[in-house]
Amino acid sequence: MNGLLDRFLDGDRQALARLLSHVENETTLADEAMQALADRTGSAHVIGLTGPPGAGKSTLANEFVRQTRNSGKTIAVLAIDPTSPISGGATLGDRIRMLDMQDDDGVFLRSMASREQTGGLSLAAFGATMILDAFGFDIVLIETVGAGQDEVDIARLADTVMLVQTPGMGDSIQAVKAGILEIADVLVVNKADQPGADETVRTLREHVRQSTTSGWRVPVLAVISSTGQGIAELISTLEQHQRMTSQQVAFEETRRRQRLHYHARMLAIRELARHIERNQAGNPGWSDPHQLAEDMLNAFVQDRTGNKPTSSAKDHRAD
Amino acid sequence: MRTQTRPVNQQTGERRIRVLIAKPGLDGHDRGAKVMTRALRDAGMEVIYTGLFQTPQMIARAALDEDVDVVGLSILSGAHNSLVPDVISELNASGLDDVLVVVGGTIPMSDVDKLYQVGVSAVFGPGTPLERAISYIRDHAPGRDDTL
Ligand SMILES: Nc1nc2c(ncn2[C@@H]2O[C@H](COP(=O)(O)OP(=O)(O)OP(=O)(O)O)[C@@H](O)[C@H]2O)c(=O)[nH]1
Ligand SMILES: [Mg+2]
Repeated sequence: MNGLLDRFLDGDRQALARLLSHVENETTLADEAMQALADRTGSAHVIGLTGPPGAGKSTLANEFVRQTRNSGKTIAVLAIDPTSPISGGATLGDRIRMLDMQDDDGVFLRSMASREQTGGLSLAAFGATMILDAFGFDIVLIETVGAGQDEVDIARLADTVMLVQTPGMGDSIQAVKAGILEIADVLVVNKADQPGADETVRTLREHVRQSTTSGWRVPVLAVISSTGQGIAELISTLEQHQRMTSQQVAFEETRRRQRLHYHARMLAIRELARHIERNQAGNPGWSDPHQLAEDMLNAFVQDRTGNKPTSSAKDHRAD
Repeated sequence: MRTQTRPVNQQTGERRIRVLIAKPGLDGHDRGAKVMTRALRDAGMEVIYTGLFQTPQMIARAALDEDVDVVGLSILSGAHNSLVPDVISELNASGLDDVLVVVGGTIPMSDVDKLYQVGVSAVFGPGTPLERAISYIRDHAPGRDDTL
């Protein structure tokens, strides 16, 4: 039987699913696959979907997928849920149910546990997005629950970030105060069938930013995800944002470079952390953490320069 | 014999088992499914719960995309003799013949053998201690031998 990479390149869905598991588990195979696929990435429109718990993100994603498929584009959804810090397990119960789409090869739904206890999107989310992009999906939609660090990271990962709010003055003012609006390229007021929606839209419009680099003024859209109302307009707004950014070459370059840099930084930190785990250094009587850190870094550098950098990944094989 | 189990996290050395808990058919009671979902999560597994009223095709598609090791079917409607073989043939058609299939719910003793014959690995009837289901899944989740 062919290896995963060949099958992946043939468009084999199971190979895609299995590669994603390797990415989640940060295996050597995943590292090698991602290196082989790196220059196939960059064509998907990566959209971040974030907002407070219960704002209707999954309902919105559901409608979004349905209407996107009507236009013929293919779409992968990556729904990221927190890992339980106690057991290490996770309930990924949010898998959106699209009754009429189980035979549609143009839709791929994957749930992922964050596996991070400190908050923030994991390295695996960046890797999974690369893999879905390389597989050829036109759109990769990433749903995360907005909780501080996640929101910042989603802005680093996505080309376009939509932030979902719901009617209710208190919440939107909180969002303004917390500076969460900063990361949004598009603001969505979901549940516009509920009282107070107009007011929330108005408040948010007063506070949205206008980007000085791109000139993009963040639109505020009211939608009712449970009926699909407003989703078509949302889709065309997201497309506009993508068109706008891709036309501004310098802006686009900077953004891509920042994403690459951030991803690489996480990889580098992981290698260092793994090295430290493998080589518990230090003498029992020591009390100076700075000196110990210095030693760790020196040992790391020595190890790297002694080995050929490209082969070092293979040396770490767990099996 | 397989040489490598499911992808092992290099940092933690852990093999995180992924389970799909699904409710095929038309019974609208998912308390049992939810209890099992939570118990498996608390045992350190990643559990995807599909929600109610799933068709065999939907279950197979979810199992494929989510790359699960285990599919747990919760059936209280009494329709297990037709639903379970349908789910298993959809799984096989998707190339998922190595996935461990377990069934929970109201299954009469007289039907258990029939389910084993179509490829079910374990049947957990009413009153099965959660611990037994958890350790069964932990011990029997299949291995992998992926190559790049
Ligand atoms: N009235 C109304 N309810 C909605 C709308 N969109 C979603 N809901 C309801 O809001 C609740 C939460 O929806 P979800 O889509 O699960 O929200 P979520 O943001 O994905 O939630 P988490 O993933 O738990 O953070 C559900 O009961 C939905 O039916 C809407 O436009 N109007
Ligand atoms: Mg959700």
